[in-house]
Formats: sequence, structure tokens, C-alpha cells
Amino acid sequence: MNTYKKLLAATALAMLTGGLMAGGAAAKTLVFCSEAAPGGFDPALYTGGETLDATGQAVFNKLVEFKPGTSEVEPALADSWTISDDGLEYTFKLHPGVKFQTTSYFTPSRELNADDVVFSFERQKEGSPWAKYVDGASYEYFEGMDFPKLIKSVEKVDDLTVKVTLTKPNAPMLANLAMDFSSIVSKEYADKLMADGTPGKLNEQPVGTGPFQFVDYQLNTAIRYEANPDYYKGKVKLDSLIFAVTPDAAVRVQKLKAGECQLTIYPDPADVEGLKADTNLNVIQEEGLNVSTLAYNTTQAPFDKPEVRKALNQAIDKKAIVDAVYLGQGTPAINPIPPTMWSYNKSIKDDEYNPEAAKAALEKAGVKDLSMKIWAMPVARPYMPNGRRTAELIQSDFAKVGVKAEIVTFDWQEYLKQASDPKHDGAVIIGWTGDNGDPDNFLATLLSCQAVGTSNRAAWCNQEFTDLINKAAVVSDPAERTKLYEESQVVFKREAPWATLAHSLVTTAMTKNVSGYVPSPLGVHNFASVDVAE
Amino acid sequence: MFRYIASRVLLLIPTFIGISFVAFIFIRLLPGDPVIALAGERGMTPERHQLLMDQFGFNRPIWEQYFSFLWGIFHGDFGTSIASKRPVLADFRALFPATLELSICAMLFAVIIGIPAGIFAAVKRGSIFDQLSMGIALVGYSMPIFWWGILLIILFAGILHWTPVSGRMDLIYFFKPTTGFMLIDSLISGGKGAFKSAVSHLILPTIVLGTIPLAVIARQTRSAMLEVLGEDYVRTARAKGLEPKRVIGVHALRNAMIPVITTIGLQMGLLMAGAILTETIFSWPGIGKWMIDAISRRDYVVVQGGLMLVALIVMVVNLIVDLLYAVINPRIRVK
Amino acid sequence: MTNEVSPPVPLASSQTSGRMARFSEFWFYFSVNKGAVIGFAVLVVLVLIAIFGPLIAPHAPYQQYRDALLTPPSWQVGGKEQFLLGTDAVGRDLLSRLIYGARYSLFIGLIVVTFAMITGVILGVLAGYFRGWVDTLIMRIMDIILAFPPLLLALVLVAILGPGLFNAMIAIALVLQPHFARLTRAAVMSEKNREYVIASKLAGAGHLRLMFKTILPNCLAPLIVQGTLSFSNAILEAAALGFLGMGAQPPTPEWGTMLAEAREFILRAWWVVTFPGLAILITVLAINLVGDGLRDALDPKLKRS
Repeated sequence: MNTYKKLLAATALAMLTGGLMAGGAAAKTLVFCSEAAPGGFDPALYTGGETLDATGQAVFNKLVEFKPGTSEVEPALADSWTISDDGLEYTFKLHPGVKFQTTSYFTPSRELNADDVVFSFERQKEGSPWAKYVDGASYEYFEGMDFPKLIKSVEKVDDLTVKVTLTKPNAPMLANLAMDFSSIVSKEYADKLMADGTPGKLNEQPVGTGPFQFVDYQLNTAIRYEANPDYYKGKVKLDSLIFAVTPDAAVRVQKLKAGECQLTIYPDPADVEGLKADTNLNVIQEEGLNVSTLAYNTTQAPFDKPEVRKALNQAIDKKAIVDAVYLGQGTPAINPIPPTMWSYNKSIKDDEYNPEAAKAALEKAGVKDLSMKIWAMPVARPYMPNGRRTAELIQSDFAKVGVKAEIVTFDWQEYLKQASDPKHDGAVIIGWTGDNGDPDNFLATLLSCQAVGTSNRAAWCNQEFTDLINKAAVVSDPAERTKLYEESQVVFKREAPWATLAHSLVTTAMTKNVSGYVPSPLGVHNFASVDVAE
Repeated sequence: MFRYIASRVLLLIPTFIGISFVAFIFIRLLPGDPVIALAGERGMTPERHQLLMDQFGFNRPIWEQYFSFLWGIFHGDFGTSIASKRPVLADFRALFPATLELSICAMLFAVIIGIPAGIFAAVKRGSIFDQLSMGIALVGYSMPIFWWGILLIILFAGILHWTPVSGRMDLIYFFKPTTGFMLIDSLISGGKGAFKSAVSHLILPTIVLGTIPLAVIARQTRSAMLEVLGEDYVRTARAKGLEPKRVIGVHALRNAMIPVITTIGLQMGLLMAGAILTETIFSWPGIGKWMIDAISRRDYVVVQGGLMLVALIVMVVNLIVDLLYAVINPRIRVK
Repeated sequence: MTNEVSPPVPLASSQTSGRMARFSEFWFYFSVNKGAVIGFAVLVVLVLIAIFGPLIAPHAPYQQYRDALLTPPSWQVGGKEQFLLGTDAVGRDLLSRLIYGARYSLFIGLIVVTFAMITGVILGVLAGYFRGWVDTLIMRIMDIILAFPPLLLALVLVAILGPGLFNAMIAIALVLQPHFARLTRAAVMSEKNREYVIASKLAGAGHLRLMFKTILPNCLAPLIVQGTLSFSNAILEAAALGFLGMGAQPPTPEWGTMLAEAREFILRAWWVVTFPGLAILITVLAINLVGDGLRDALDPKLKRS
């Protein structure tokens, strides 16, 4: 404890005088202008990227993790694993000698073992003493990824071996285990908090095995971390990491330019050109694992007819949307999954933009004087910078083929809720950012029969499509899965439940002295590999 | 005097109950759903939705919810945020100093410039200074401050780089908050650079938030002074040949200040609770920004608790103003 | 952002010199104030622009010129002659949108003030005339409304009613109305015991007649001044709500909403940010100038000096 305090004091001093000391032993600090304040510090309780960045990515590790810059799974806290032939039993061998972080509020007495892994999953189950350890606790991802039904048990075999048993085979399972809600927390720390009667601290002062350890959080202002000296992959190059909470995109850009932070994300598309032109900055852009769509309510006439949906798709000038809304920071979407995802079907041709043909097709389908509603989402999301502007563009496109569209909008919560209801009126602008890089996470989540009423906002239930998707989720051979998903995309395009609008480019901007940053296609931000030059 | 204070305080009780009722009812009337956002684009099955509504107590009878809300308030429990799962009161305590610091600075800015300008304009009635300063005051008073803030950011932070863009402090400085006021904390534990940083972060928000109070105070001071200067006793004092400075400084000023102080007090109450736009523009981590985020997230519990706390503060500030007014103006007490 | 005007002072009611004389007296005092005359002139121009908007505007406010996104004003490099003040992010002519925006702002101000004034005056007259529990009840409710910061209350109300121009107007009217109620109540109380009221009472006038025919007309001066102040407040608050995304919804060319939409371009396209704000400022300033003039002309206390 005592030495720690000295260390902290020394670090603080170094931070204070850092600006004055030329070269020397100044600490390497990265200030990251983040897009929102974290909800809390338990990665399993939240679904927002801002919280996952601040917890699962910075402080914790998982059994398996996504290889930086990809959505491939690689070993992390588990060195290796075996899957039984029936696909029901996963046995993980843990990395030996992994230490939990020693912080001002907790000193671990033992290394990571199977108990921690078992606890990390068991605690999220209904009925566990941790199920409601803070007011309003709910494990949204655990529920959302269907873990309560999918996972039969998580058992300790020996100190360094854990067995996960499923109720049915599930091909995306490993990818799910690499997500942040599967972060491994310290059971010893949790037990101590429970014994002290302060379980809520688990959500305030996290203890993990990750590259950075938590120092302080100033509400809605800044999170401070320092490097974990005991990190099992070796101490990272940065000495400290600061998240400067900056919700306004224009302000983030300003702060980066003014040198108040060294790295930022999600600039307004309008600012990207300026960032690229700035010689003091580096800009990394890559295709995000996302899609934005206009989802027709396929249970509502006349959108229940595929030919009507196809005709309307032909009326939409996607190029104009990419230009005016994404300001070029995106690509028109053809399939419901992004081109960077495996099993993307390259042979599919997009509906050609052709107002004349659209008009003719509508007439042929017997649709005259159609008036409809277009739902414009009220918030900017990484896949959709401006829902209203998109709606306005589509509105004027539809006007050209004689379809009168009225733009409606609600607040975001109401929007999500009402759009989920299969009885909603009209076509909804919505989208998705992948959680785990598996096509199942797009196709089953957004378009299968079982998702009608929740995330299938087209209320589209096509048995042929759903059968393909559900089959692909249980077979384990990647080649066969690929084939099934490719086939499903053909069905999707034929039936056209959505007008696929665009995939956005995800932009990260940083000052020239920052190196080693690897953007993740999954919309999370990890600074373990980053270095800052003096 | 005691009776006056007691009656004023007693009068607050029905208002307080009314406010709690309004805050509570408003939130129940909000469309949208307090828990649906937890799942984002993924959506939620009706069963799970039901479960969460039960867990948060939104399915209980409405009067039961109201009384448990009131009961909580009397015990200092304003509920727990749905989104962040943090107690509302704890967040309020953490964020309020930021708003208070900004409001005090804005008010000081308005008073220090507004009162002398108003006095001078009144004394030199009709002069260029009078016309110019009152013209500027009217422009300030007519200013859409969100636009004003953006213009200032573009100019001073974007083009000239004189001030930082947003926030309260350069993050290279790190110290535990003692008072929550950056200006004081940075002096106690941050050193010279930190203090300078705190000041530079405060300048633009102070100007933006202070603009309207400045205009109001300058105009109010001027008209109060004019009124007093026209009163008989001032004329008499002048006629008796008292030095003009003394007439203005001692006789006129003291009486003119009574309405001005009331104005300042009322403005202060509005400022502290109403810094919404300024905080939004400057990403200032205070109460206004917090409330606006809560409203847009439909975080029922925060909106309800926040409305209560904000209204309480306005009430208390107004009470203090009233009492102060009674102290300086004995005529009120007699009534 | 609230204003109370100075304590109500009745018009010189004993004079029976007729309306014309009163008006010419009013105009005399009003026209002394140069600012007020300028403000009035600007206001007249704005009203004309609003009325004849469709005739003046060079383009339709919703027309998107896809090949002219974010064109700078015509005098700047890259500007086009047909877009005098440039275009916005989807290629709509800014000048035309501003012209149509004048309609919205003036309309908002008018509706809000009318609504706030009618309800506020009725409540105030009732409270001031009857006193007792009616007074207590009404004024407690007004206290409760005033205990919330106006913009915050308006925001919550709009959140309840749903974002949109109409709901924003209702919310603002509700927030502004207590000022009218308080003012009317005070004025009614001070008028109530005057001889002319008592005379009228003795002559057998009913409550309604006494309240609205006898007393109210003599409380009009401060109400008119408060009305002008509320007018400018209403425009500002509607713009603020629009700016926060809770007022008029795009593509409505309301100035505050236009500002909100333009915010992301502050570094790239100054015109989309500058002009809507300037339009708000000019309008509000003109109204406030008129308001000042009205107060000077209607407030005999200041007349004498």
C-alpha cells in the first residue's frame, strides 16, 4: 500500500511537471477524447461502446479475444481450448500466472484461476446474489446473446481448466466469449466487496487483468488509468491513459486540433476533410462492421409485396445519401452484412437506381397515389450520421416516382420500441453495428423470424431465409456456414425487406506522435498497443 | 422579522409538495419507455421488458410510486439512474459545484461590469456612453446565447487559439476535488499552471452565461438610478449643494440598489438551474447538461430527481433574496 | 430570460379626452425614442417579409439542389449568383429558408403571447378580484411553475408532448404565462378599490363586467409591455428548443432548428451558422426596441423627467 502511494505521488508529480521536463523521465500519457461518459465500470451491465471501451477494453481480459483489427478470435486468458464433437462442450486451458491488478483499493492475494472464470458468468444469471447488486442492474448482453438459455453450466475442472457446457450447438459461441460482457472479473475482489457490504463498488472501482488499471473517474469529465505493471502480456508502452469525455463531435475535433487530446473518434463527416488536410494529424479510416437500412414494414400493404419493395429500392439514390449524409465517408450497401465480413456474397448485384423503372414497376404492381411514412431516427449512430437528412433525401426521391412520404420521428427510446412493433406504420431508418463479427449477429438478429417483435424491424419472416440462418448457426464447418450465409443473402435480395442504404467508414484521428493504434471493426477502442513519441 | 421569515418558510411547504407532485406526474406522462433503451437496437422481448419494469418498480400503483418517491426524498434518496445505475443525489453533488462555479463567475462578471455601467449611464443620461452602453445591453439581452457561444468558440478557440475549446481543466493536471470548485481546488493542490488552466477554461462560458444577466443588471441599475435621482430627497440634497459624487454615491446608490439586488438574486436562481444551453455548448460537466442528457435518454429517475433538486435550489435562492430584500427594505416587513 | 416590468401604473383614466388624443400622446412619446422607431421599422419589414415570403424568396425553402451542397454566399469564392447567402448541407437556398423562417418566428411569438396572455390574464384577474382561496390556489400553481427554470420546464413539457413546433409553442406559453398572471393580479388588486370601480359596483355591475370591462382595460399598459417582452422571449426560447432538437423538426426552416442542423459545419461553412443566428438576433432586438419604446410611452412615471 505504502509503496503504491509513493508511486502514485511520483506519477502524479511526473504528470504535473511533465510539461516542464524536457525529455527525462516524463510519463507517456495518451489523452483520448471519448464520445460519451461511461455508464459504470462493470462491463457486463452496459451495452454502450463508451462503457465497453472504458471497462472491457482497458481494464479486463476475456478467455478469448478478437485479434486486433479483425473479428477473428485468438487466445487470451485461455491459452487453448477444445470443443467436443457434438459441439456442446468447450474446455478452456487458462494461462498460468496471470495477476489481477493491484490498486489503491484492492491488493489481490492470488493469481487468476478457474473460480474467477466460473464466477464471471455465474454472477450474471438470474438468482445469483450479484444479479441485482446495484439498483437497476441488468445484464443486457448476457440476455441479448441468449446466454441464460444457451449455457447449461460453467464448471471448474481444475485450477486452470474450465468447462462450458451448452444446451445446443452454437457456432458463434467463441465470438460471444470474446465480447466484453464475458470479461473475467476477480472473484476474490467481489467476495471481499460482498463481505464488506459494498458490492456496488464492483461497478465503481474495477479490478481486472487488463493492460490498464483504474485510477479515478471524475463524473462526466475524465477517466484516468495507469499501466498495469503486472500485465500478463508485459507492461504496455503508455504510462497513463486518460479518457476525456467529450460528447460533442465538433468539440472533439477542436480539442484534437488544439492538442488537448491526442486521439479521437467519430468526428462529424463534415470535419473529416479538414482533419485529413491537417499536417499535424493522422487519420485512419476503415470500413466499420455496420449497415444502415430503410426497413419496410413487410406486414403492411403494399409493402407486403416484394415487387413494391424492389420498386421503391430502385427509386432511392444511395449515391446521393452517401454524398450528402455520409459526406463520402461511406459506401452504398448491397447486402445486409458489410463487405469486410466473411461470407459476404460478392456476386449479388444491387438494385439499380432508376426512377423511371421504379415508377413503371409500381404501376405494374397496381400501386397508385401511395402515401407512406418514413421514420427518421433522431440520433446519430456510427452507422447513420444523420437520420433526418437521410429521410429528407429519400422523401424527395420517392416524390419523383409519385410516392408521397411523410417523415415521422420520435425520441430514440420510443422510436426503438415502436419500430419493433410489427404493427408500426411505414418504413424505418435503422441500422446495426456488429457485436462479434459473426454473420449470425447480423442476419439472425435483424432478419430472422425469431427476431420479429424485437430487432427485426421489417417484421419480415421468411421461412426459407430463417431456415438457412438457423442451420448455419449450428453447423461448425466454416465452409458450410459460408455457403449457407451466401445463399441467405440471395434470398434477402430477392425478397428485399430492406433498402440497404450504406456502410459507414469509421474514422479515427490522432496527432502525429501517436503510433501503434489499431482500429477495431467492432466499434470498440483499445489502447494496449499505442505509443506516444515525446 | 422572525414571524416574516417563518411565514415565508411555511409558504414553501405547499409549493414544495406541489413541485414534487408536478415532477412526479410529468415523468409518468413522458412517452417512451424507461427501460427499452437498455437494449439499444437489439430490442427487448415483452417478457423481459415486463421483468425490468417490475424490477424498477414502474408497475406498482401510481400513488404507491409517488409516496415512495416522497418518502425517499425526505430520507435524502432521490432514486437511482436507470442508465448509469448511480444514485441521483450522488451525481448531483458531484456535478453541482461545476454549475455553481460557472454561475457565480457569470454573475460576478455581470455585476462588476453591469452595475458601474448602469450607474454611469444614468448619471450621464443621454450621453454617448449612455446610448452606446444601453444599445449594447439591449443587443446582449436579445442574444440567442447558444449562437453567441458558438461564435465565441469559433473565434477565440478555433481561430485565435486564445482559450481552450471546452471542459473545466487541462487533463494533465490531476488532483482530487476538495471543494469541487476548480478555481479553489487548483490553487490548493494543482499549482500555478493548473489555476491558469482553470481560469482559461472559465472565460468563454462565463461571458456567454453572463451576457444576459449583464444586460439585465445594467438596464435595471440605470433605471433604478434614474428613478432615485428624480426623487425629492436627492434633488434636495443637490439643491443643498452637496457634492454630486456624494449624492450619487451615498444617497442615490443605496436606494437604487434595492431593486438591483432583487434582480441579481432572481437572475442567480435562474442561472444556477438554467445554464443548460451554456453547458451544452461548452461540454461543461454540470447540472444543465446532466438534465438534458437525462431527458433525451428518458432516464425517468434522473429527470424526476433532478427537477426536484433544481426546483428546491431555485426556491431556496428566492427565499434568501426575499429575506435579504426584507432586511434592506424595512417597509416590506411592516406589511 | 424572464422579465417583469416595473409595477403597474394605471393609465390616466380620469381623462376622457378620447382615444385619438391618447394615441397621439402615445405616439409622441414613442417617436421620441429613436431606437423604438428603428425597431418598429425593422419589425414592419420583417412582417412584410413573412407575409410576402413566397413572392420574395428566390427558391422554394425545401428545394434541394444536389449539385450545390454547401455553396458559400455569392460574394465569396465559389459562391453562385443564384444563392445569395449560400446553401446548406443538402443544397437548399439559405436566403429562402431564412425568409420562410421569419414566418415561423413571428407566428411562434404571436401565438405564444396570445395564448400566454389570455390564460395568464384570466387567471390573474380571477386571483386579484376574488382573493381568498381562489387567489391562493392560482398563485401557488404559478409559484410551482416559476420554481422550475423556464427552459428546463419547457424541455420536459416538450419531451412529454413530443418534439415539434406546436408542442414547443404550448410549452413556452405555459412557461411564460405566470408572468402575465402575476402582473394582472397586482394591477387588479391596486385598481379594485378605486372610486370608479366602487361606483360601478354600486351601479349594480356584475362580477364579470367588473372584472373584464371595468378593471381590466385600466391594467392594459403593463400587460402590453410584458406582451412585447414575452414575444421576444418566446422567439428566443423556441429557437433554443429547436437548437436542442426539441422544437420545430427538420426540414422546417425554423431558425433555431436550422442552427442545430448547421452545428456540425461550424468549421467548414460559416454561413450556415452565422445567418440564422443573425436573423434571430435582429428580430429579437427589433422587438425589444419596440418594447422599450412602448414602456417609455406607456409608463407615465418616466414621462415626467
